[in-house]
Amino acid sequence: MSGLFEEIHEQPAADVPTRRVSITVNGDKRVAQVEPRLLLAHLLRQGLKLTGTHTGCDTTNCGACTVLFDGKPIKSCTMLAVQADGHEVTTVEGLAGASELHPIQEGFKDEHGLQCGFCTPGMMLAAKALLEENPDPTEDEVRWALSGNLCRCTGYQNIVKSVMWAAKKMQAQSAS
Amino acid sequence: MTTQARDEIKIGGLGASRKRVEDNRFIRGKGNYVDDIVLPGMLHMEILRSPLAHARIVSIDTSKAWAIPGVRLVLTGEMMATRNLAWMPTLSYDTQAVLATDKVRFQGQEVACVIADDPYIAKDACEAIVVEYEALPVIVNPTQALADGAPLIRDDKENQHDNVVFDWEVGDRDGTERAFAQADLVSKLELHYPRSHPSPMECCGSIADFDRSTSKLTVYMTTQAPHIIRAAVALVAELPEHMIRIVSPDLGGGFGNKVPVYPGYVMSILASILLERPVKWIEDKTGNLISTGFARDIYLKGELALRKDGKILGVRMHTDSDHGAFFSDAQPSKFKIGLMHSAFSCYDIPSAHLTARGVYTNKAPGGVAYRCSFRVTEAMYFQERMVQAAADDLGMDQAEFRRRNFVRDDDFPHRTPFGFLTDSGQYGKCLQVGLEAIGYEDFLKQKEEAKSRGRLLGIGISTMTEPLGAGNSREYDILGIKMFDSAELRVHMTGKAILRTGAKTQGQGHETTWAQIVAHELGIPADDIVVEEGDTDTAPFGMGTYASRSTPVAGAAVAMVSRKVRAKARKLAAHLLEVSEEDIEWELGRFYVRSSPETGVSIQDCAYAAYSNMPDGMEPGLENVAYYDPPNLTWPFACYIATVEVDPQTGVWDVLRFVAVDDCGVRINPMVVEGQIMGGLTEAYAMASMQFITFDAQGNCIGSNYMDYLLPTAWETPGWELHEVVTPCPHHPIGAKGIGECATVGGPAAFVNAVLDAIKDTGVRNIDMPLLPDRVYEAITQRHDVSGAPPVKMDDHD
Ligand code: FES
Ligand code: FES
Repeated sequence: MSGLFEEIHEQPAADVPTRRVSITVNGDKRVAQVEPRLLLAHLLRQGLKLTGTHTGCDTTNCGACTVLFDGKPIKSCTMLAVQADGHEVTTVEGLAGASELHPIQEGFKDEHGLQCGFCTPGMMLAAKALLEENPDPTEDEVRWALSGNLCRCTGYQNIVKSVMWAAKKMQAQSAS
Repeated sequence: MTTQARDEIKIGGLGASRKRVEDNRFIRGKGNYVDDIVLPGMLHMEILRSPLAHARIVSIDTSKAWAIPGVRLVLTGEMMATRNLAWMPTLSYDTQAVLATDKVRFQGQEVACVIADDPYIAKDACEAIVVEYEALPVIVNPTQALADGAPLIRDDKENQHDNVVFDWEVGDRDGTERAFAQADLVSKLELHYPRSHPSPMECCGSIADFDRSTSKLTVYMTTQAPHIIRAAVALVAELPEHMIRIVSPDLGGGFGNKVPVYPGYVMSILASILLERPVKWIEDKTGNLISTGFARDIYLKGELALRKDGKILGVRMHTDSDHGAFFSDAQPSKFKIGLMHSAFSCYDIPSAHLTARGVYTNKAPGGVAYRCSFRVTEAMYFQERMVQAAADDLGMDQAEFRRRNFVRDDDFPHRTPFGFLTDSGQYGKCLQVGLEAIGYEDFLKQKEEAKSRGRLLGIGISTMTEPLGAGNSREYDILGIKMFDSAELRVHMTGKAILRTGAKTQGQGHETTWAQIVAHELGIPADDIVVEEGDTDTAPFGMGTYASRSTPVAGAAVAMVSRKVRAKARKLAAHLLEVSEEDIEWELGRFYVRSSPETGVSIQDCAYAAYSNMPDGMEPGLENVAYYDPPNLTWPFACYIATVEVDPQTGVWDVLRFVAVDDCGVRINPMVVEGQIMGGLTEAYAMASMQFITFDAQGNCIGSNYMDYLLPTAWETPGWELHEVVTPCPHHPIGAKGIGECATVGGPAAFVNAVLDAIKDTGVRNIDMPLLPDRVYEAITQRHDVSGAPPVKMDDHD
């Protein structure tokens, strides 16, 4: 992480090999020099200052770090930044349009689908991937699609409602 | 609906399901959690933890760590000791090692830490530290801790000759003896409430920033109680309190995990002072799960003295609680086992006696109030399990048994069996609403019918009232600091306002709901009020948010400060209307002349006048601060009912339906209240079904990550059916009571009672939580009770 950004080591860093990666993040091409072991989640958070992607575990269980990778939801804590070279990544910061919230964001607010907000970015991105594949899911399908994302606050019921709300709105939008 | 109520909903006042204002940043990924904060020149800290549960430290060699480029500092206990910081006081009058000096006392204890240019380097350097240990015998439960010749865990403490933390009792020993002598039947039950971890999604962390030029220490940290932390830092680090600023930014959940003072915070502070650079520590999940804020881990021997007709004559309880290596949870100092003695408060029982013993073990410090008002969760679980067992022993219907023993609606104020004073309740009604919602009679028929086809259905009930919102300050303090809370309201010239409180939201939605209380009291639209918490330089002193105390205490302070502001506004109104104060009436947002109601001024007019047109001799401005010391706890109550089906072939059980009836008095924001209840129910389900942390005989923590420590996902979590009864709290200024933890407190027994009801024919009276399929299967096939006490059998690991 360190060699990458503004901060310069005062002590000479060891000869750490680095690699150049080029990743399209939220539509913008971002180029960085990274250590091969750097996690994508850390590149996004510390390197690109996109702190909406959270990390909530060390074992690929919580899904707080979920981003879309070429449109598919992945856990960015379990991918190396170098593996993302040449790919497209969407984070929560890329969810809203220039002036408008994404219907999933509106749904989460409208149906009280969040409390502390820590799981929310991951939940919304997992939901986005679901709705793109299945615009009219059943409640069970929503629960299944979100089962890689833990929430400690809400008890999920309102998260499911939020996603259903968004599905309805997105369907109405695409119909008109 | 009255006009006032309608208008009030419109401005986002009391009762409005106002959409949350904090969501605007969270849904955009713009929350500001501790790990999101980056300060110029910031360094990163990682902690090296002990792999052993009990061992003498022979040597620590840090030379290889120092040699790694980018490493700035390596701290060990020995170095902390030279600054008198190797040990720190806890919030329960004990001491806790910051970094181990003599020996390690639990697996995961902090042994050294590294501060480096980035967290990857710091982690590398931790791995380069070589520690030589000499293993000692390990204690993982109270039986071992209390055995003759048990190794002494706290040999650091003078006058500590055994592993007992405290021995405590409450209630009427003799009266209870007499009650038991008169009993027709004594119902006995032994239970274990397993170790659990609050496990908020966000782990703990801090950024300490000591500025030598101003001598000011700023600490951004994950704390539910910033002011207590400021006091603690002043004491531990011996820094002047006015030079300490604690900022608790957005928190990714807390649930009690973020109340105690953890060694990581202290080390980051010392490192920042030594290096004069900001130092960030962000705990990983394993660190969080194995070293911070455990809850529960307590054993009960319970007895009920019963009369044939179903009347409970007396209660006897003995608890042995496992506190781990250090007694470090925050508890009101008078009550060693928290509010365990709030058990049986909803029942009319003449006498009760509780003895409680706490012990040290080689486990992480435990006993925090995890979504719980100081052991109330255990109290209500024990109570409702004992109640069900007693009903079964009497052969009486479980609903009828409860009904016969409830305190009646006209019996308030009521002295509970252990001496609390409850002030209101409609327990019978609450149960009735629940029974009707679940269709009790129908389900009993369905159950019988299913039985004839070999299917096992069960129904479990849990009813309880619990004490939320400590103080009053006469009885409740932490380290001598009285448990009150505060609010400060500043109304600007244009009638907009800022409100600050001593509480600290972690997802409960204070930014939304506090503004609603002000809107209710002053008629200022909630959208015109910004709420700020968590910065000790700006917020008035408060005890923070845990134990469901925010609405009962800080929420009351918000109402009281609004009333103070309204009192001044009234004087301004009189001045503007050119009448005397006595001739003025108030309605939502407006003062008017009694004799001519159309002549009036708005609260906004008064605010403007406070800055531009105050009467001679009046102090300008419109603001105030209120400190609120509640006269009593608030007593919400609830009835939870679960129906389940158990698969006799596998021991797997499914929740068919779950009905929750909650009475938390007046609901400030029904949407937020329901969110709290559903979150709480999910944690109740988690504890009943899968979530626990246990230990093997060597003290290895089983449950150190989310692969072993199971939290339910959206897939397993049942749907919740919510109902309400409203009994306003008689002493709270707006009639509200606590709600955040009720479901977590009362919920678990409903699930467990339901599963045991389903397998009642086996004669099994108890399976300890969590009701894992293998435990249920064992109970069904072997027809015996199943205990959950550690150490766990590790056959498949050996
Ligand atoms: S941080 Fe938990 S799955 Fe990535
Ligand atoms: S809202 Fe807190 S973890 Fe989901």
